[in-house]
Amino acid sequence: MAQVTLRKVVKAYDGGVQAVKGIDLDIADHEFVVLVGPSGCGKSTTLRMIAGLEEISDGEIAIGGRVVNDVPPRDRDIAMVFQNYALYPHMTVFDNMAFGLMLRKFDKAEIKRRVDNAARILEIGPLLERKPKALSGGQRQRVAMGRAIVRDPKVFLFDEPLSNLDAKLRVQMRTEIKKVHQTVRTTTIYVTHDQVEAMTLADRVVVMNGGIIEQVGPPQELYHNPKTRFVAGFIGSPAMNFIPGRLENGAGALRIHLPGDIVLPVPAERTDRYKALAGREILFGIRPEHLTEAKNLDRPHVAPMTATPEVTEPMGMETLVHFKIQGAEICGRVDPGASAHPGRPLPMAVDMSNMHILDPQSGRVL
Amino acid sequence: MSQGTLSSPVAPAVVSPQSTLRRLARRNSTVAFLLTLPLILLVLGLVVYPFFYALYLATLNKRMTRFIGWDNFTFLFGRQTFWDVVFQSVLFAVSAVVLKALIGFILAHVLHALPAKGQRKWRGMLLVPWVIPPAISTLAWWWLFDPSYSAFNWALMGIGVDPVPWLGTSGWARFSVILVNVWYGSPFFMIMYLAALKSVPDQLYEAAAIDGATGWQKLRFVTFPMMRNIISITVLFSLIVTFANFDIVRILTNGGPLDSTHVFATYAFQVGIQSGDIPLGATISLFMFPLLAVFAIFILRGVNRRNKEMA
Amino acid sequence: MSATAATSTYTPVERKQGSLKRERRWAMIGAYIALAVFVVFFMMPPFHMLMTSLKSSGEIADLSGNPWLVSAPTLQNYWELMTEGNYLIHFRNSIIVTACTVAITMVISTLAAFALARMKFWGSTTLATGVFLTYLVPETLLFIPMFQIIGGLGLYNNLWAMVLIFPTMTVPFCTWIMIGYFASIPKELDEAALIDGAGHLQMLWKIFIPVALPGILAAMIFAFTVSWAAFIYPIAFLVSSDQMVLTVGIVSDLIRADTFQWGKIMAGALMAALPPLLVYAFLMDYYIAGLTAGATKG
Ligand SMILES: Nc1ncnc2c1ncn2[C@@H]1O[C@H](COP(=O)(O)OP(=O)(O)OP(=O)(O)O)[C@@H](O)[C@H]1O
Ligand SMILES: [Mg+2]
Repeated sequence: MAQVTLRKVVKAYDGGVQAVKGIDLDIADHEFVVLVGPSGCGKSTTLRMIAGLEEISDGEIAIGGRVVNDVPPRDRDIAMVFQNYALYPHMTVFDNMAFGLMLRKFDKAEIKRRVDNAARILEIGPLLERKPKALSGGQRQRVAMGRAIVRDPKVFLFDEPLSNLDAKLRVQMRTEIKKVHQTVRTTTIYVTHDQVEAMTLADRVVVMNGGIIEQVGPPQELYHNPKTRFVAGFIGSPAMNFIPGRLENGAGALRIHLPGDIVLPVPAERTDRYKALAGREILFGIRPEHLTEAKNLDRPHVAPMTATPEVTEPMGMETLVHFKIQGAEICGRVDPGASAHPGRPLPMAVDMSNMHILDPQSGRVL
Repeated sequence: MSQGTLSSPVAPAVVSPQSTLRRLARRNSTVAFLLTLPLILLVLGLVVYPFFYALYLATLNKRMTRFIGWDNFTFLFGRQTFWDVVFQSVLFAVSAVVLKALIGFILAHVLHALPAKGQRKWRGMLLVPWVIPPAISTLAWWWLFDPSYSAFNWALMGIGVDPVPWLGTSGWARFSVILVNVWYGSPFFMIMYLAALKSVPDQLYEAAAIDGATGWQKLRFVTFPMMRNIISITVLFSLIVTFANFDIVRILTNGGPLDSTHVFATYAFQVGIQSGDIPLGATISLFMFPLLAVFAIFILRGVNRRNKEMA
Repeated sequence: MSATAATSTYTPVERKQGSLKRERRWAMIGAYIALAVFVVFFMMPPFHMLMTSLKSSGEIADLSGNPWLVSAPTLQNYWELMTEGNYLIHFRNSIIVTACTVAITMVISTLAAFALARMKFWGSTTLATGVFLTYLVPETLLFIPMFQIIGGLGLYNNLWAMVLIFPTMTVPFCTWIMIGYFASIPKELDEAALIDGAGHLQMLWKIFIPVALPGILAAMIFAFTVSWAAFIYPIAFLVSSDQMVLTVGIVSDLIRADTFQWGKIMAGALMAALPPLLVYAFLMDYYIAGLTAGATKG
């Protein structure tokens, strides 16, 4: 087991595409880190450079303190789980798991012990003699993980391991992966474009966009304190609402003026933070879950607001209401009992303690 | 750059990454070169070298003692036999390929129309001529064409037709060598077309039927366009193979009667090996090259187009 | 009135359906007739071969008998081939040459195809195209210079010359189709093997060859067929009977001056055709895949 360190890592493909534009990252021993971001942001490329499957154009990668830039994959002591599992079709499940050990000249008894152990952890004992073709998607997924576990490597690398599974199995295997990590405690780097996976699995989440790292942090921190508009919009579902507005200083308190004569007070405890911004154009960010039916209006940080929904989407335990404020699409989450109907004005409440103020130019959270 | 700082920074690397990477890449292509080396040697030593050697041979006199330039070529141009060989080679290749393509097309359609269960059995039988080595099966044809014991003539006499001099006169001999080539090669066309037919999705036919296409129109507007590439590639391949054919003519007629059935290969063999005029033989076989090169260019274009379509 | 109108509109529909069905039945009957005609045409020579091989020379010479049928079947022709003359030597020679050719072909083309399919290196695409072009060069274009080369090597009238030359007919094609088979193996499979610690040759041997086994089998069958059927090189380069392979040995030994021993020729030819026929019968799908892949894939 080991920590993984990336220093100013750059990947330029032959065509001149810079897929990764100089990223720094420190991953601690035993940590479960998830790389997340939209398609094409360079997640896979980063992972494959750590694995040694892609050459590193510039910068350094170290595993366990050793710089591995020129070390071939087999000597990096890593294991990888691929999106399509990449099980050897002509080998049984047992042989698939034993292959790496066999090439490393482990003796038979040790191979058997390790495979049996992994099979027990993953509950695939009865499948050991089958060929991959005779397995379901979830079982293949387990075998692919088993192949990684038996090697007892320093680092596990996962590249979207669940995206070939149906939704239900995906949730189940997600728990499974978490359980395995809690058992073996191997440093894990996991790539996904599914932010729910990222939030549920990760000790820390790395949000990537366009070949750079936007923000690194524990899931809760990314959720509550996103540093950029991209992270704020990417983490959380439905996504955060952004409404352009102005910050005004009036009657000793800060106020946010939104289009349509909506005025929202900034909570007293945040006044100091935003004082200097008074009079500026800002982007007001609020998550749908903090834009609810009118409730708790007696609390100091909750402000009233009226909106006329255009569309309502009952989800069961809540109802999503969509409305517009001067062209900006806004989404709120209200109680199903709140009788939200399209076209009928609905009194709502804004939880101002969870608001965000962003710089409309740079996209930074202020 | 945002980053967590949970661990100590890495010790600076000592080796320069660039040079080692280069070495790694170079090692990779060294391995690749070694793996392809036997192939390269084989192609260079036993295909490319003989080809240029043939060019060299063609410029020598009969006893290979003297450089005579184009004399072998001009000598051939002045010989009627040579022009007969050119004519017969083209006639042989074109008519055999047309017949093979036609028969193969019909058989493929007929087979395709059969229920899947019986198809395999019929296909198995229809492919037999193509499986027997032609040098072997032609012996059976030779025996069938025997002047006095011909089993065909026996059957013809049974229905009151005069015996046919299968290999005895120029016309019939030409017919016979083409017949045997068609017999041998039709199954290949059949199997290629069958594969192509199977690759046309059924929905296309169903869509065409709903659009009101008749059977002929389906063939014209669905089957043909979908199979065009395979048809052209198969035809070109077969043209090369048929044009360069040796076995059948050599065994059945050895060019006779009166050199009327010689094709390039058998004529080159007779002149070069049997009569010992190596340079002239080499010259004759080289005449195949321009024609084959044209076919090859067309094939390559077809292949590239296919690859592009599949990509 | 309405009832008659109903029936009059109803009947034609029924008749039309019936005619459609009948049409289809006729089409099927036509199909079977066409098939039968061609099966007869295609099977006639082998059948006649079999009949002749079972006849005594007396029955063959008898012009009054039916040449298509055998009245007193005998295995004498086969027996004589097995016990006297060089037939068995020819058979053995064919086996030696073919086995060596197949082995050499598979080694050369598997290694090369692996490199060309997976390692992009300088000139690799040119080489792949070159291989394909080589495949298009027929042996009838090269046999005369080859005659000189073989003579220069002192291999004239030597069986081993065939082992040297035959790969030129098999390797280009086998390499070409194997590049296709190897290229269709997902890239993640090599990456997994790379991470598992496999080197180049281990990857080839433990992953590529087993995964592409059907393709390799098809290529092997192709090499076998081509080598077994080769004719022009043996007839040009082999002159003494003990060096000959089947395709040339049968005729050269059984035709003395003007006496054609047709019974034995046919028996010998039939047995010579047997190995490919057996391979075909048992591995039909691989056989077809192997021999058609060149034109379908490229
Ligand atoms: N072999 C390659 N050659 C050139 N460009 C490449 C290559 N592989 C990837 N890229 C480019 O690099 C960028 C990053 O690719 P990468 O595969 O890392 O994305 P990703 O974040 O994994 O996306 P996804 O979620 O779709 O898997 C993309 O723009 C892609 O087009
Ligand atoms: Mg990816």
